[in-house]
Amino acid sequence: MTRAGWIRIAIVLGAIAALEVVTQAGLVSRHTIIPPTAMAAALWGLIGSGEIMPDITKTLSNVAAAFVLSAGGGFVLGLLIHAAPRLRRALDPLLATYYAVPFFVFYPLLIVIFGMSDLPIIVIGFLFGVVAMIIATLNGLDRVPRVALKVARLSRMDPVSIALLIKFPAATPYLFTGVKLAVAYSFIGVIASEFILSGAGLGFAISYAYNNFDTPRMYALMLFILVSVTAVNMVLHTIEQRMLRRRGLAR
Amino acid sequence: MAGPGTRAGAAHAVLRGVTRIFPPADRGQAPVHALGPVDLDLARGEFFGVVGPSGCGKSTLLEILAGLSAPTEGSVTFEDTEVRGSPPDGVGVVFQEDASFPWLSVWDNVAFGLRRAGIDSAETARRVDHALGFMGLTGFARAYPAQLSGGMRQRVCIARTLVLQPRLILLDEPFGALDQQTRLLMGDELLRLWRDTGATVLLITHALDEAAMLSDRIGVMSARPGRFIDMVATGWPRDRDSTIVSDAAFGEITARLWSSLRAESLKALGAVP
Amino acid sequence: MTQRAPAWQRYGDSLALLAGLVVLWWLLSRWAGEEALTGPAETLARARELLQSRRFHGHATESLTALGYALLLAALGGLGLGTWLGVRRLAGQVAEPILVALYALPKITLYPVILLIFGLGLPAKVAFGAIHGVIPVTIFTLNAVRTIRPVYLKVARSLRLTPWQAFRTVWLPAALPEIVSGQRVGFALTLLGVLIGEMFASQRGVGFVLINAIGLNDVPTIMAAAFLLAVFAATVSAILLKIDRALHRRTARA
Ligand SMILES: Nc1ncnc2c1ncn2[C@@H]1O[C@H](COP(=O)(O)OP(=O)(O)O)[C@@H](O)[C@H]1O
Ligand SMILES: [Mg+2]
Repeated sequence: MTRAGWIRIAIVLGAIAALEVVTQAGLVSRHTIIPPTAMAAALWGLIGSGEIMPDITKTLSNVAAAFVLSAGGGFVLGLLIHAAPRLRRALDPLLATYYAVPFFVFYPLLIVIFGMSDLPIIVIGFLFGVVAMIIATLNGLDRVPRVALKVARLSRMDPVSIALLIKFPAATPYLFTGVKLAVAYSFIGVIASEFILSGAGLGFAISYAYNNFDTPRMYALMLFILVSVTAVNMVLHTIEQRMLRRRGLAR
Repeated sequence: MAGPGTRAGAAHAVLRGVTRIFPPADRGQAPVHALGPVDLDLARGEFFGVVGPSGCGKSTLLEILAGLSAPTEGSVTFEDTEVRGSPPDGVGVVFQEDASFPWLSVWDNVAFGLRRAGIDSAETARRVDHALGFMGLTGFARAYPAQLSGGMRQRVCIARTLVLQPRLILLDEPFGALDQQTRLLMGDELLRLWRDTGATVLLITHALDEAAMLSDRIGVMSARPGRFIDMVATGWPRDRDSTIVSDAAFGEITARLWSSLRAESLKALGAVP
Repeated sequence: MTQRAPAWQRYGDSLALLAGLVVLWWLLSRWAGEEALTGPAETLARARELLQSRRFHGHATESLTALGYALLLAALGGLGLGTWLGVRRLAGQVAEPILVALYALPKITLYPVILLIFGLGLPAKVAFGAIHGVIPVTIFTLNAVRTIRPVYLKVARSLRLTPWQAFRTVWLPAALPEIVSGQRVGFALTLLGVLIGEMFASQRGVGFVLINAIGLNDVPTIMAAAFLLAVFAATVSAILLKIDRALHRRTARA
């Protein structure tokens, strides 16, 4: 591990320890925040009793569905838009302002269209993630070296092989940025929808615990989300670094 | 073998009145007349060098000959078939910029064209290993381009072109990134390869001594729009190497190239000759 | 490169695309029914009503005030923190993965904590907006400062510029395009954060209007409020985009 990595671990551990000391010493009220050890213990209990398993399964499978749809759909849409420069120019200002629009207000509409199921939540996750992936794909395709495309033409490749064997690998570093954002936005979209609007899933469970003054349960669930998002991030980061190192692009 | 300035065989590639004018990049700008009109006959098996001031249209000429872009006017014929903006079979190109694929290992880079051409894997392996050996890259077969120096990456690109056994090899300043000593040695390799394969070679270079040492014939181009203003036959024997730099004729050839080029290079710099 | 299209074509195409979206909206509302999705004309009418009502003015002012404070915190905080992390290489390496992890975190789950700390009202909304916006601004600024080409800094040193001169004439102009990109992303997320804050942590503001309408299933009001928000957000974002593009074009390298 690098020096920065060790320092990072030390800082995170230090922050947790500080929180532990402050809360154990009673410097803040136990109704506001509980010690990290108590959070972990509560989470352990919840998992052991199996009572939050349905919520976990629901949320994680919705996140996974939203992610697959937004990453895959965003890549294909990006390829198509890139092939039509005029459409792209027209679309550009819309894409750039897209994230300023709060989608979740369309949740009632989505329920009308898709019915009371997981689908509206997945769609919100998808809407959140897909544009990040489209933008990353366009970015990556813009940076495919022209000389690589010349080599492809000399080998007289067809457009599908060029897309798969030249454009896709050449754009991978940028696509990876899109994939990371798609994961993040799928989590945010799904959990926020559950929190605000739904009657099931981890987001709802947190809001329910809060409204019932069940502080340990609330923090246990937050800890679970924090740990799972961080774990997914670390896996992606590791894969990305390996790819970047191979290409001499790692920082 | 062929005497000074004469052609070694039938015309392999023929350019007639080739001109390239780029449309303006933005409204209100003038179109760029980059090249021509150019007439050129490349004899089969000839080693032809091209020198000219930077920006005079050398790369443009090469891309038109390779079928990567179409001339605005004029015609290109390769092996008696007209080339028009689509690469013909049997032409290999080594580009000026680094064209190695960073996502493939050295070995896979060199095998790339063979796999696209549907060559079977045993033959692919044989040719790739041979080319890597020839280029001194055997120990780096599993490495990725990012781990290599610029000169080694350029050798990967040369190997990737050579394994396809092209009959016409176009090289665009392939040794531009190398130091002088390595360049001389790479020049020797190129000569050996040219002799062994019998291919026709067109080499663009900005180094006058390199052109003088390697070529049977050298075309000197004017400042933009590039045209040939001088043709210099070197009269070297086919069996030559870098030791000819000490030949008296070498100095004369280089001097003649420079006297043709000096005024054009000043023009390209924007100075009044 | 490709030829740049004439201005009428660029704007014309965008407008045509927008018109297409409005037609799609209209078709969707016909298909889903007025009570599920209000059509364009009715939404516009309701939006005009809202804009003329004193009560909505109060809510809008409240939201804009919260947004203003939150933006100030996110923009300046992110700029300062990002610059510091960009200059201190090791600190940047330590902090970046943490920032990225925080960015991916659904910050809405933090809302109970924010409420427990700040209570209902303006401070909670501002805090909620600021924690949404400050992270992307910091990440962008950090990368902008870190990727300044080292040779520029060597030039500054060889000319013996004072730290302030170097910052003003070299660091800032070199990093500015990326910094503006970060502020653009930061604006969108700060707005989102303030709205979410208003939905739960407040009895006032456009977010409150929205959640209230969602509760009453008052579809025209939901649509009108969302429409007004979208127009507002898109306008600000478009202005920032224009500055962003101009700066990037100026420093683009061939
Ligand atoms: N795609 C293009 N569009 C417009 N102008 C171009 C393009 N490619 C090359 N040029 C211009 O044509 C001239 C010749 O370019 P090039 O053939 O690359 O020169 P050389 O290889 O001799 O240095 C240059 O002035 C260059 O700016
Ligand atoms: Mg060139």
